[in-house]
Amino acid sequence: MWYELSQVFIYNFIGLEGKLAETAHFFVYDTVKIWFLLITIIFAVSFLRSWVNTEYVRAHLQGKSALYGHVAAAGFGIITPFCSCSAIPLFLGFIQARIPLGVTFSFLISAPMNNEVAIAMLFGLFGWKVTSLYIGFGLLVAIFGGLLIGKLNLEKEILMDIKPLEIELQADFVRLSFKERTKEAWDYTWDIFKKIYLYILLGVGVGAWIHGYIPTDFITQYTGKGNPFAVIIAVLMGIPMYSNAAGVIPLVEVLTAKGMLLGTALSFMMAVTALSLPEALILKRIISIKLIAIFFGIVGSGIIAIGYLFNFIL
Amino acid sequence: MKIEVLGTGCSKCKALEEAAKQAVAKSGKFVQIEKVEDIQKIMEYGVMSTPALVIDGKVLSTGKVLSVSDIIELIKIQ
Repeated sequence: MWYELSQVFIYNFIGLEGKLAETAHFFVYDTVKIWFLLITIIFAVSFLRSWVNTEYVRAHLQGKSALYGHVAAAGFGIITPFCSCSAIPLFLGFIQARIPLGVTFSFLISAPMNNEVAIAMLFGLFGWKVTSLYIGFGLLVAIFGGLLIGKLNLEKEILMDIKPLEIELQADFVRLSFKERTKEAWDYTWDIFKKIYLYILLGVGVGAWIHGYIPTDFITQYTGKGNPFAVIIAVLMGIPMYSNAAGVIPLVEVLTAKGMLLGTALSFMMAVTALSLPEALILKRIISIKLIAIFFGIVGSGIIAIGYLFNFIL
Repeated sequence: MKIEVLGTGCSKCKALEEAAKQAVAKSGKFVQIEKVEDIQKIMEYGVMSTPALVIDGKVLSTGKVLSVSDIIELIKIQ
């Protein structure tokens, strides 16, 4: 539907022709499609989320078996909101409720990686197959990364003294009326959209330009089969890019269409969302640099391994 | 009555504090507002997503910036 509308708009209404028209058509179509999908998906996720907040997750995870804890923590990461500014209270809150360090990390890895913006963008640009792969492998990294961190006995690397809660927490769903849930979900959706719509415009714009003007050979040489280190470089580049996930994914889509290998693209996007420098700086106030380095090292290697695995299989 | 805004200093926390001040001014009641930034104190309330709004020791909202009219409602109910 959007494809035809944008086509009519560019070719008939504005009357552009040739390469410029192709680029403009691509730009309008992608932007409108992503905006529409983003609003729909963020609204759906935040509506579901109105039942489950982080306090609920904490109470649910308290006192559960280790394996169940890792799996559930990674799963809850999909629907609960995460902002690096609440990483500290979240981390301390989990430890306070005697949830193991490894399970806490499973959640801390999954929550930013499986955020609704990244999922909506992936779904809009790459389709459901790549999106499921992204979520599936993201959960694997979160579960095994957390398991590994848990096995290393790093509890002494927490720099703050936390008094454990003696009480058993009650896991209660948030009680709200239908109207309140809808209003809350809509407020949240609009809030997020206002923050990222410009990045998307920018990302799609640069993507459209690459699509129209940069030769495929060039991209294949640097990001495709021609470069054996592409995955590692992609992950290292992805780490400082957190806040721009919305702008980066449209670029990756264009690069993939032009010859970048899918594994490299997946690794890059996971690195963008899962590992962020601002989050590391915030966590430095409560956990040692050693633990942060281990966290980044494990998640980074996991993501790199997934990228190579993919490029090898496909 | 005493309102506490819990938050470690992110932009959302400042927005909630500002909204709380405006709500109090509009409600015309005498309400004390305190910003709690100490993470240990925030943990004592069992709050994990900031900013949070606490009225007379009761946690009424976590993880979001309430609008001025929402806060006025909460002040009236208490």
